Amino acid sequence: MSFQPVKFYQTGTYTVGNRLLAAVDHSVQADPLRSNSINSGHRACQGCGEALGARYAIDAAMAESHGQLIAVNATGCLEVFSTPYPESSWQVPWIHSLFGNAPAVATGVAAAMKVKGKTDVRIVAQGGDGSTTDIGFGCLSGMFERNDDVLYICYDNEAYMNTGVQRSSATPPAARTATTMPVGAEPGNAFGQGKNLPEIAMAHNIPYVATATVADLRDLEYKVRKAMGIRGARYIHLFVPCPLGWGTAPHDTILMARLAKESGTFPVFEAEYGEVTGVLKIRRQIPVEDYLKPQKRFAHLFGKHARPDMVARIQAIADRNIRKYGLLEQGANSNAE
Amino acid sequence: MLKQTEGSKAVAEAIALCRPEVICAYPISPQTHIVEALGEMVKAGELTPCEFINVESEFAAMSVAIGASAAGARAYTATASQGLLFMVEAVYNASGLGLPIVMTVANRAIGAPINIWNDHSDSLSQRDSGWMQLFAETNQEAVDLHIQAFRLAEELSMPIMVCMDGFILTHAFERVDIPSQQQVDSYLPPFDPRQVLDPADPVSIGAMVGPEAFMEVKYLAHAKQMQAIERIPQLAAEFKQTFGRDSGGLIRTYRAEDAETIIIAMGSVLGTIKDTVDEMREEGHKIGVLGIISYRPFPLEQVRAALLHCRRFLVLEKSLAVGMGGIVATDVRMAVTGTGLKGYTAIAGLGGRAIPKSSLHKLFRQAEKEDLPPVTFLDLDWEAVNKQLERERLTRRSGPAAENMLHDKGIVSAKFG
Repeated sequence: MSFQPVKFYQTGTYTVGNRLLAAVDHSVQADPLRSNSINSGHRACQGCGEALGARYAIDAAMAESHGQLIAVNATGCLEVFSTPYPESSWQVPWIHSLFGNAPAVATGVAAAMKVKGKTDVRIVAQGGDGSTTDIGFGCLSGMFERNDDVLYICYDNEAYMNTGVQRSSATPPAARTATTMPVGAEPGNAFGQGKNLPEIAMAHNIPYVATATVADLRDLEYKVRKAMGIRGARYIHLFVPCPLGWGTAPHDTILMARLAKESGTFPVFEAEYGEVTGVLKIRRQIPVEDYLKPQKRFAHLFGKHARPDMVARIQAIADRNIRKYGLLEQGANSNAE
Repeated sequence: MLKQTEGSKAVAEAIALCRPEVICAYPISPQTHIVEALGEMVKAGELTPCEFINVESEFAAMSVAIGASAAGARAYTATASQGLLFMVEAVYNASGLGLPIVMTVANRAIGAPINIWNDHSDSLSQRDSGWMQLFAETNQEAVDLHIQAFRLAEELSMPIMVCMDGFILTHAFERVDIPSQQQVDSYLPPFDPRQVLDPADPVSIGAMVGPEAFMEVKYLAHAKQMQAIERIPQLAAEFKQTFGRDSGGLIRTYRAEDAETIIIAMGSVLGTIKDTVDEMREEGHKIGVLGIISYRPFPLEQVRAALLHCRRFLVLEKSLAVGMGGIVATDVRMAVTGTGLKGYTAIAGLGGRAIPKSSLHKLFRQAEKEDLPPVTFLDLDWEAVNKQLERERLTRRSGPAAENMLHDKGIVSAKFG
């Protein structure tokens, strides 16, 4: 059964206290006994979407596994800001090996637990979009294909932020990065390139694939908990805005994630064995322009040398997402609900 | 139990006796038979509990082994050649993390040109990776070294490659004494990890280390290998007590006591060298052999002591430091610093080029007479090389060099050796 968002009287916002909910529906983060798997004091930037997303995701996984969790981390922002020895934010057993091998390391950890009969211990692997969609893609596909008992979480901030904002295969068209500069006839990242990792994951026919954003942390918790209740390879693609790389205000991280979802730029859905089983509908559709404009990485599309043609192409991509996943209440794709 | 068996099969049986808990398999010749045999044992329920994982690359094979070892499981994989190179980043990572993984390297050449036959270029390219490297002379020794390797690796919490010559050993059928489970169990205790991923006692493994401690961490790896210099002979002695066989150790000499000329080598070619030396001894030549079993750590003192009384030595190696000469020879020369000993290097057997006794007889006699250049390329076809060099001098677009040289030589498979 897919998650049904509860609509509260405070229309226009999802900020609602747990006091309005039954105890069983309280969020994991609201629990004073939550695990705090990633302690405070780490070095993430102000407004980091990844730090927020990882905190919610790992705490939810800890709650669902009753504290029996091992985390594997690819090289990247999360690894760097959470650790340098002798300090570590991790309150769960945690291993970092390389940039491109987190899924395979997780497979090894899972195999060790299986062989030792510790099947109550669950494994989460995590990485950014660079390690997930590019350098670690082979290992991820292998882990999916073997249906290894691992939940992989991709924290997608749409570029290599740790190395200084270079393009990844998750970078959106027209976005400025250090390797797709806003110069030339088609400034920013090229159109017609990039990988849709959630769909590629679905093509492996693994038990569970979901997307989520840090704008809806209850939905994230729900999806992590659901994923943890399933055995085999599972994939959650979490949209985490990056103030540094995107040129947005730190206090706008959640707003950016919401606008990405509400514009149809980032479809939020879940799928089982390759079939979409649920989508989070767009609540109030906005044009992509409203999402793009606050971001300095898209500044070259507006202002003096505005490129409405490129904005229109981005709108067309969002419109296609809306059609494909049935993101609007009316005219929703029956297959997607 | 004595049996007539293939080298790979014997090694697979030895690995199974060591009770590995996670085995990662990716096919690359000539190690494939080893993991094939292990896969069959796991699937048939003969090797249990054990997870046998068919991975998508050697990079994944080493990475799965890293995860398994960090989670406290005894992990094993096997590779060769391009496969070893493909996993290099993870190879360094395994030693950096101090994970006692054991890996068989079925030594094979590195391309281009692509070549599946034996030489030592692959594991020697990982000389500085922090892994120990033990070279087997025979299939019996390959079996025995694997058992010793798990013990040593886990004791020091450092990974080990057991190197055996591809095809020459892996695919050779010969008599091998496969030990009993009871013998192996009494020699090799269960894996007791120094660090482990455990929800009951969470640790962070593999975080960043800056300039303030990186050198100390790296030195520790060196210190572990220095400890291995002490432990390898002790473990070989203990092995002899349990299994009744001399196997392993740092080095092994043969007819070297009064030798004026000593031939130094690693791996299966020592057999041919010993046969040649036997024949020369019968003719009165004062010649002997020094086999190096432990390439990393390199037993500098033991090599020096073994050479001190001779007049000259020749390192015959299946590897080439392009632009320099020998790889093993460099280490040997380091060992004899200040002795004034005459040393020669022979590069031989690259890409499976046969090393026949006839060539060795000639080479060793030249060495005795000190009538050799510092670096000799055994049985190199100078005509083919010079023709190609001339072609390149005359023509800018001279084409693929390897194809040209094979055209010049004609069909050579029939002339092998």
